[in-house]
Amino acid sequence: MKDMSYQAVMARRGEIMKSAVGMDYAALESGGIGFDYEGMMKAAQPRGARVHEILRGFSVGDTPLIEARNITALARRYARPGFGASILIKDEACNPSGSFKARRAALSVHMAKEMGYKGVVTATSGNYGAAVASCCAKAGLKCIVVQECYDSRGVGQPEIVEKARKCEALGAEVIQLTVGPELFYVFLRLLEETGYFNASLYTPYAVLGIETLGWELVLQCRDRYGKDPAMVVATNAGGGNLTGTARGMRLAGCRAPVTAASVALTGLHMASDQAFNRKSFTTGHTGFGVPFATWPDRSDVPRSAARPMRYLERYVTVTQGQVFYTTEMLAALEGMERGPAGNTSLAAAFSLAQELPRDALLVVQETEYTGAGKHQNAQLDFALQNGIEVRTGDPAGEVPGRSIVLPEHPGQLTVRDLDLDHLRRSLIAKAVSGAKNPISEADLAFLAEETRSDTDYVKQVIENQPEETR
Amino acid sequence: MAKKGEWVTVKNVILPPGERAPQVPQDTAATPLVQWVKGYLQQDAALGAQAQVVTRTGRIVEGEVVEEAPGYHHSFGAFIPQLQQAQESAKKALWGDEA
Repeated sequence: MKDMSYQAVMARRGEIMKSAVGMDYAALESGGIGFDYEGMMKAAQPRGARVHEILRGFSVGDTPLIEARNITALARRYARPGFGASILIKDEACNPSGSFKARRAALSVHMAKEMGYKGVVTATSGNYGAAVASCCAKAGLKCIVVQECYDSRGVGQPEIVEKARKCEALGAEVIQLTVGPELFYVFLRLLEETGYFNASLYTPYAVLGIETLGWELVLQCRDRYGKDPAMVVATNAGGGNLTGTARGMRLAGCRAPVTAASVALTGLHMASDQAFNRKSFTTGHTGFGVPFATWPDRSDVPRSAARPMRYLERYVTVTQGQVFYTTEMLAALEGMERGPAGNTSLAAAFSLAQELPRDALLVVQETEYTGAGKHQNAQLDFALQNGIEVRTGDPAGEVPGRSIVLPEHPGQLTVRDLDLDHLRRSLIAKAVSGAKNPISEADLAFLAEETRSDTDYVKQVIENQPEETR
Repeated sequence: MAKKGEWVTVKNVILPPGERAPQVPQDTAATPLVQWVKGYLQQDAALGAQAQVVTRTGRIVEGEVVEEAPGYHHSFGAFIPQLQQAQESAKKALWGDEA
């Protein structure tokens, strides 16, 4: 009989993952820090059928690109003369499961079916669970979703409770857990028990699916406006959304910068039982965005396909109150109820558009469905029940875990830039600290790609490192 | 007493406090890792009793029966004045006082 203890199962993670993803990650390894990222992406490309066509088989993609004319007009009120780009919104809520995550799930489920798996397991508290459940329903595969949902009092985050409902509505089995990273242990045990496919958010299949989003939005801009977007803003958590979108844009020949946007949740520990229900965003926040950007391979597969630091040219944060305000603004001015978490990039876009010329296009690349539990009204009610102060005022005064401050007027929709140099240094330091062998020239080149820099920069960071850690 | 065949939730402690992963923060380490799974009851069982269920994917899970016919009770919540104010201020900023 197999040893099912925490230590024993975690020690088997390599072999469990190998049989659950149908990919041999060891073959990609160099023995050093680097690995063959593009080789991994290429090896996962489905043969014969194009990714877009596979997604269409799941009724995924081809979502409308909406002109937010009133929000654009309002942003121009706060911009210098001649500035204020047109804000376009890719209405990803139109996917069958209500978010862009459908793109992330479709190819994984397709591959699982092709490779003969009977079912799929995924570890997610977010929209991705519903996306996998939806695709499994269409493919005739079984589906298990593992969620971190409750604190130790048994109080569920209403957004996650809603996502459990949606997964179950789409036919999935949902396993709910209290707070803690040992969710991964439960997940590994399930993979071993069932022999199902691991529809990780971080496999190449997931990111290849999202490439269609970047590709589509560029073609839609060219088709309708005869030009490329000047900027695309993506809500950033695990990095897959941004990575896939940027790669898809590059495939279409568009070099426009991609800006990451996250909700600022500084100071709240992501694995803390007590902090768990003191945040009103379960994704799209810095608690995932920053650690995954600076250490992508912390994910549930040996090598993550989501490597946002390779693509992002700017990383901004907004507050919880600013996203809630923007979500109301979208309803009041554009007649669309979406989000709220998916509107993180829209909240940032309102301010970013003011920096771009009037004739430029700024694309917000997602929306998500709304519903009971996840709606901003439900979230603020829940925040009040958890002792969070909710008020209208200057959003700069918001303290995550203590207060949520909704702006008094749209002029208070601003962004804060994260220091990209700091993030790059952090990525390099993390990679070097985990290295088992001396740093090679290939490793330096890999880290330069990882950080959109050059080998001189990487060398300089490594040389200065002991001082920084001291 | 829940009857055989009824749809119930069973609860399990996966890791008791003291056996939590080394990296979890103190407050979390002091609590157990608890799991809830839903399934069809395989024998009559009272609330609080141990029993087996068969889940929607056909797995057999044993645990403490904690809820019969589990439903969904999350909602849109109470009226939040700040959200309505947000709409009003956005409309006023675009359309003026006529909005």
